[in-house]
Amino acid sequence: MTTDVLGSPVKRVEDPRFITGKGRYLDDIQMTGMTYMAILRSPYANANIRSIDTSAAKAMPGVILVLTGADVPYNPLPMAWPAGGSSGVQNNINMPRALATDDVKWTGEGVAAVIAETPEQAADAVEVVHVDWEPLPAVVDTEGATQPGAPQLHENAPNNVVFVWTVGDKAGTDAAVDAAEVVVRQRIVNQRLIPNPMEVRGDIGLYNPGTDEYTVWMSSQTPHIQRLLLTAFVTGIPEHKVRCISPDVGGAFGTKIFCYADMALVMLASKLIGGRPVKWVETRRENYQSTTHGRDHVTYLEIAGKRDGEVTGLRVKTYANLGGRLSTIGPGVPTTLYARVLAGCYKIPNVYCEVTGVYTNTTFVDAYRGAGRPEATYVIERAMDLFAAEIGMDRAAVRRKNFIAPDAFPYDNPSGLGTAVNGEKIYIDSGNYEPALNKALMTVGYDDLDKAKAEARTRGKHLGLGLSTYIEVCGVAPSKWIGAVGEGWGAAMWESANLKVHLTGKVILTMGTQPQGQGHETTYSQIIASELGLAMDDIIVQHSDTLGTPFGYGSYGSRTSSVGSTAAIKAAGKVREKARRYAAHMLEASVDDIEVVGAEYRVKGSPEKKKTLQEIAFALDLGFSLPEGMEPYLDETAYHDTPNCTWPFGTHIAVVEVDEDTGKVDLVRYVAVDDVGNKINPMIVDGQLHGGIAQGVGQALWEEAIYGDDGQLLSGSMLDYALPRASWMPNLELDETVTPSPVNPIGVKGVGEAGTIASTAAVANAVIDALKPFGVRHLDMPFTAPKVWRAMQSQEVRS
Amino acid sequence: MIPAAFEYDRPTTVAEAVDILARNPGTAKVLAGGQSLLGLMRLRLARPERLVDIGGLAELRGIRALPDGGLAIGALVTYREVLDSALATSRVPLLAMAIADIGDVQVRNRGTVAGSIAHADPASDMPAVVLALEASLVVRSGSGERVVNATSFFEGAFVTDLAEDELLTEIRIPAQPTGVGMAYRHLEQPASGYSIVGAAAVVGRTGGSITTARIGVTGVADAAYRASAVEAALIGTDGGAAAIAAAAAHAAEGVAVGSDIHADAIYRAEMARVHVRRAIEAALGAAG
Ligand SMILES: Cc1cc2nc3c(=O)[nH]c(=O)nc-3n(C[C@H](O)[C@H](O)[C@H](O)COP(=O)(O)OP(=O)(O)OC[C@H]3O[C@@H](n4cnc5c(N)ncnc54)[C@H](O)[C@@H]3O)c2cc1C
Repeated sequence: MTTDVLGSPVKRVEDPRFITGKGRYLDDIQMTGMTYMAILRSPYANANIRSIDTSAAKAMPGVILVLTGADVPYNPLPMAWPAGGSSGVQNNINMPRALATDDVKWTGEGVAAVIAETPEQAADAVEVVHVDWEPLPAVVDTEGATQPGAPQLHENAPNNVVFVWTVGDKAGTDAAVDAAEVVVRQRIVNQRLIPNPMEVRGDIGLYNPGTDEYTVWMSSQTPHIQRLLLTAFVTGIPEHKVRCISPDVGGAFGTKIFCYADMALVMLASKLIGGRPVKWVETRRENYQSTTHGRDHVTYLEIAGKRDGEVTGLRVKTYANLGGRLSTIGPGVPTTLYARVLAGCYKIPNVYCEVTGVYTNTTFVDAYRGAGRPEATYVIERAMDLFAAEIGMDRAAVRRKNFIAPDAFPYDNPSGLGTAVNGEKIYIDSGNYEPALNKALMTVGYDDLDKAKAEARTRGKHLGLGLSTYIEVCGVAPSKWIGAVGEGWGAAMWESANLKVHLTGKVILTMGTQPQGQGHETTYSQIIASELGLAMDDIIVQHSDTLGTPFGYGSYGSRTSSVGSTAAIKAAGKVREKARRYAAHMLEASVDDIEVVGAEYRVKGSPEKKKTLQEIAFALDLGFSLPEGMEPYLDETAYHDTPNCTWPFGTHIAVVEVDEDTGKVDLVRYVAVDDVGNKINPMIVDGQLHGGIAQGVGQALWEEAIYGDDGQLLSGSMLDYALPRASWMPNLELDETVTPSPVNPIGVKGVGEAGTIASTAAVANAVIDALKPFGVRHLDMPFTAPKVWRAMQSQEVRS
Repeated sequence: MIPAAFEYDRPTTVAEAVDILARNPGTAKVLAGGQSLLGLMRLRLARPERLVDIGGLAELRGIRALPDGGLAIGALVTYREVLDSALATSRVPLLAMAIADIGDVQVRNRGTVAGSIAHADPASDMPAVVLALEASLVVRSGSGERVVNATSFFEGAFVTDLAEDELLTEIRIPAQPTGVGMAYRHLEQPASGYSIVGAAAVVGRTGGSITTARIGVTGVADAAYRASAVEAALIGTDGGAAAIAAAAAHAAEGVAVGSDIHADAIYRAEMARVHVRRAIEAALGAAG
């Protein structure tokens, strides 16, 4: 019963509280003396502040404190991942401030904060803060911002360029493109998205004047990192004087990885008002304007190859919009997390990519579910389709021909995509791409595609099918690589676990990772139950509090199952080993003679001589009788630094129907064969895929953050920003191949982002396939009905 | 997302309600299901000083059968009540056809048909429906009651014939000609679910040619309208595919077609033609 809990679809232990409204999210926290903060946000996208008059706000009922940028003694928010890490690439850095001082760079940048007795009073008072604005012309266009004549945002960033970063083999790729039989070129846009976690962000700051210590509750994926950033970089408060706590977090998708102004403001405000707690919870509108956005690339791709289908080169130039100032790891996303995986699962001998980071008068852009890898997958999977179309070869056959062979792992891209400064490298750990493709093609009935298209025509529909044979990287690692190259926070990327078996035999696992709805409490319990032979009911998983939790880097980048789980397994191993040694003491046997069977520690050959883990823990925790040199208590901590990233892969196939009259696209079938290695809990894996796929489909079909030329966010609410709905999704036909990862003991890879990374390209390719009869070679997302309808019209209507 | 402060009244009679409206010109707002009004207030795009909650007005409840075979829908009747009413769905099937797609369960449980009509969002569905049904709207103020034909009620985006001191009390839908079929076809704006274009059709044939053609269109212009050019072109034809398509080609005639981030004017006008055609086809399919 306990032995096979690992790998079985156990129901999530979190769900009873989440689905009955008993979760405890940030805004559920009530405290005596609570005060409430509201933030005045810039109505302009680009403007200078001549002066701010807070007198009327200060006189409003219930107002305790009004802050402007001049009142904040802190540093700007840190930017921790420059393009190129420590390689010396010029980065023209402009960091966000806790509150604007003399200018704003996007609509929604924070300008003043009001702390009042009630949220209503704070909202009323913030309206009467008077700012004397000098509005300036704005620029929102990703590529246009770098062109001559564009408004300039920052003195240190001529032409609004943050950096120009390159990777790969320029000379080789230029030569390959020049010499190629076929070169296909296309400009493609990966539009800006608004991540939309169900729970918006918020914080509570509590200063203790008696101890001069702070506690900050935050809806964050990274409480330990935030403590580090807030103390060492922003406030200068000593790290041990601050405690950060993430309560239940209701979704994040990357947006809650980062350091935000509000975190620092609630700390400062609580101190200034003598230690009353200060709560801030953003509105959905604020979330749209001042929590990070995702994607927003303009890319020029060139794919070169032979008429027989062999791809010989890929040259890519990308403009990546990073917003008005840089978010915490903004530049890292469109560089390393994007371009190092641009060749996808293909053996492309010559690859070169140049990325230009761009400032515009828009909300800052940072990691959003998949972070760089969906953008890369979109480029390479569109490129493969364009190339196949150009040479008149079957799309699946072109992919098959170029797959990295199963015996070529660990695979090191010949152009050096995985090679960073100092020659440090990351490899693709494992893969076997063709079985997943074949399985998916079989399931979808690829050979009958023409028949399906003809049948759809009889119903006034144009049917299209799209492939996405993707790979992705989970758990940026190892720390050695990061240390050498200065990428990825510029901080290490190991994980931690502490495991205690208490006197009563109950087990508490304390992790440095930080769930946001993924079900970590369940999956970690499954692992510990399996490792120690216990019932899941006897285990509880704690996390999210810098007090009492070993330092951890939090959860993002699908790192938890690979890196965090291994730390937990190591801690369990240490517990088992100590229990074994103590069992030997109790049973008066030699340690070597003790064998562990589930939770029983037996003397080999005399199975009646045994102690259970509970019995061992009871005696060891009391410590009345300890062998020489053994410390009391069954309490072990382990840190794990993974030797490499893990590389899930698979094939996703979307089938769409386009209405001939309206251009409306319906997703009618979706087949996904994913290889995420071994699974801790297949039901949770499916859930991650379901949500991830829907999110990626959302980008392909509906979602787009639209700014007016003046920098106003036109898609500023859910009335205008279209999120996917459950009823728009077909039944998802999921299947698997299993290629265990060699880099961790349970062979898992990670699945938090795979669905999103794969699905956007599959749907895009399907829509463009459906539009083939109209001579459409490429169309940019999202494929809204008006856009698709236009593509189906005659040349006159289109232009 | 916190509304500005307001006063709150909950009158118990229509007379009392209209009296409050008369005494607070320009500053009071009627609150029915709150599905449109409260959202605007939370964004502080609407800041009424006083809300007159009509939820306690028993006079405005319920769906009544009219002796002529028609239907009277009280101002407090929610979408859900219409969907659940055998009377409403059998006498006027068009109502449920349009309502089934409006908002979500919560919106349909709280939102009222009258509230949608009074609000007159240019993308809302009910205006097209009441136009096609030739409904009339009963309006009360301190100076009495008047009855307005739907065709002269919708004046512009969020602008109606309703004066500030008037309350919409009832929607009267006359008996529909025997043998007509009804249908509603629309294209949803994917974010809001409101209609980029919505077309309501009440169409019937007598002796092989079309004798009834009433087409209401929403989403296309500032205000919902009767597509009279379509109706004129359809009447007297055989109602075959060619005749319907030819008639539907007039769907956006005579109106200034709107344009926004979700659909430009060219597309909207074309979608008006497509959905008017589809609604007519479906209505004729449903006709006896
Ligand atoms: C999430 C969401 C989705 C929606 N989707 C759709 C959709 O797909 N299609 C669609 O058509 N609509 C849609 N709606 C709008 C919805 O139909 C309307 O909000 C609702 O019907 C309005 O009725 P109410 O009773 O809630 O009105 P309220 O919000 O209470 O009032 C709306 C306005 O009408 C006035 N008013 C209300 N009743 C009267 C009266 N008897 N006399 C005078 N004035 C009055 C109010 O003063 C106010 O100005 C949606 C709304 C939401 C929130």
